[in-house]
Amino acid sequence: MSKYHVTTTVNGQSVEFLCTPTQALSEVLREELDMIGTKEGCTTGDCGACSVLLDGRLVCACLVLGTEAEGRSIETIEGVAQPHQMHPLQTKFLEHAALQCGVCTPGYIVAAKALLEVNPDPSEEEVRYWLAGNLCRCTGYDKIVRAVLDAAAEMRGAAQ
Amino acid sequence: MQPFEYLAPTTLAEARELLKTPASGETRILAGGTDLIVQMRGGARQPARVLDIKWLPESQRLQLDTDAIYIGAGVPAAVLCEHPELRTEYPGVVEAIELIGSMQVQGRATAVGNLCNASPAADSVPALFAAGAAARVVGAAGERWVPVEDIPTGPGKTSLAADEFVIELKLPRMPARAADAYQRFTPRAEMDIAVVGVGICLSLDDAGLVTAARAAICAVAPTVLLAPEVAEVLVGTRCDAAVLEEAGARASAMGNPLTDKRGTSTFRRHIAGVLTQRVAGVAYQRASQPGVAA
Repeated sequence: MSKYHVTTTVNGQSVEFLCTPTQALSEVLREELDMIGTKEGCTTGDCGACSVLLDGRLVCACLVLGTEAEGRSIETIEGVAQPHQMHPLQTKFLEHAALQCGVCTPGYIVAAKALLEVNPDPSEEEVRYWLAGNLCRCTGYDKIVRAVLDAAAEMRGAAQ
Repeated sequence: MQPFEYLAPTTLAEARELLKTPASGETRILAGGTDLIVQMRGGARQPARVLDIKWLPESQRLQLDTDAIYIGAGVPAAVLCEHPELRTEYPGVVEAIELIGSMQVQGRATAVGNLCNASPAADSVPALFAAGAAARVVGAAGERWVPVEDIPTGPGKTSLAADEFVIELKLPRMPARAADAYQRFTPRAEMDIAVVGVGICLSLDDAGLVTAARAAICAVAPTVLLAPEVAEVLVGTRCDAAVLEEAGARASAMGNPLTDKRGTSTFRRHIAGVLTQRVAGVAYQRASQPGVAA
């Protein structure tokens, strides 16, 4: 199978890779670019573990072909923390014990960050609806929702 | 996933030429990919070529012209839902699109994709039928506008030829004192597939009488059904209780609903009637209060 040469931007850096047409963006990130923060769960777009931003839009990387990334801008979990400083969502996930096995966590952080960028003060219901496309089989969700609400409050405080 | 060739034309002329070129197997059209990529990974579709229409500028158009609203085949649901004028003018179409999948799916899934995937339970399709939308079909030979209700022909099947695809949809501008609505029944509030869904679009005169109506129902037949027998009951009325009851009874009699894990045939018939009454009521109320989107 012939390979396609793709030039794209990942977390602000220009990146080139070769991929086959059958490789999803999630596979490209993990196998070609060694960015294994993005997890593969269901590979059917149901679990949200592979959540990334594509041109600023929250998507499942398993439902994007690697070839479709040409000329686009991708943001992954690896771009969320600043050097030596975690994002408030990451800190609050730890404080609230909002993760156990951790496989769903990168997807939750990416999805929740996208929510707080469009809605800095979401209600609990809004958080639950926005995160309905992310599945967690460990926590029972409450701790995740509390962590997101607490991070939102802290980020609003810091912005004042 | 079976190997395939990825085609990314940047002009309609180039896309037409590619579709004329013989292939070793099927060519599938890629819009948002939220159905196609899942089907390909599961083996249900094994195309020899995948033609990505999102590089075509026409596919990215979302335009409210004086005569019509154009929605390109590559415009994701999230963009449609964020468009305040579209939501004000077609609250039913937007609320139907908003019900499709998660935020992640909304970031990719398209209205044209929902139409051409031809699921009997597609949420946006009854709303598009009710809206009187048309699809711009581009093929190797040329192009034509087709009423959306003529596109799906069965589960996963469309009337499109092998060398044709839909590049955009056209919705008529909503007249004054007109509105649409869509509701579905699902056992859970989010991330589910319609057991039954109903879309209705109504136009009223100054006295509040319905002058034109279109209705459509999903998940009671192998395709989404246009329901002229429901719509005709509403015309000339103020959608009072007796009228809604008759419209509901006619909706319940439609199609040949399946019994499956989401509901029995009897339940689907019952729900089709209940939803028709509710949706006609909401559309009537919205049409009576122009410019107020619920």
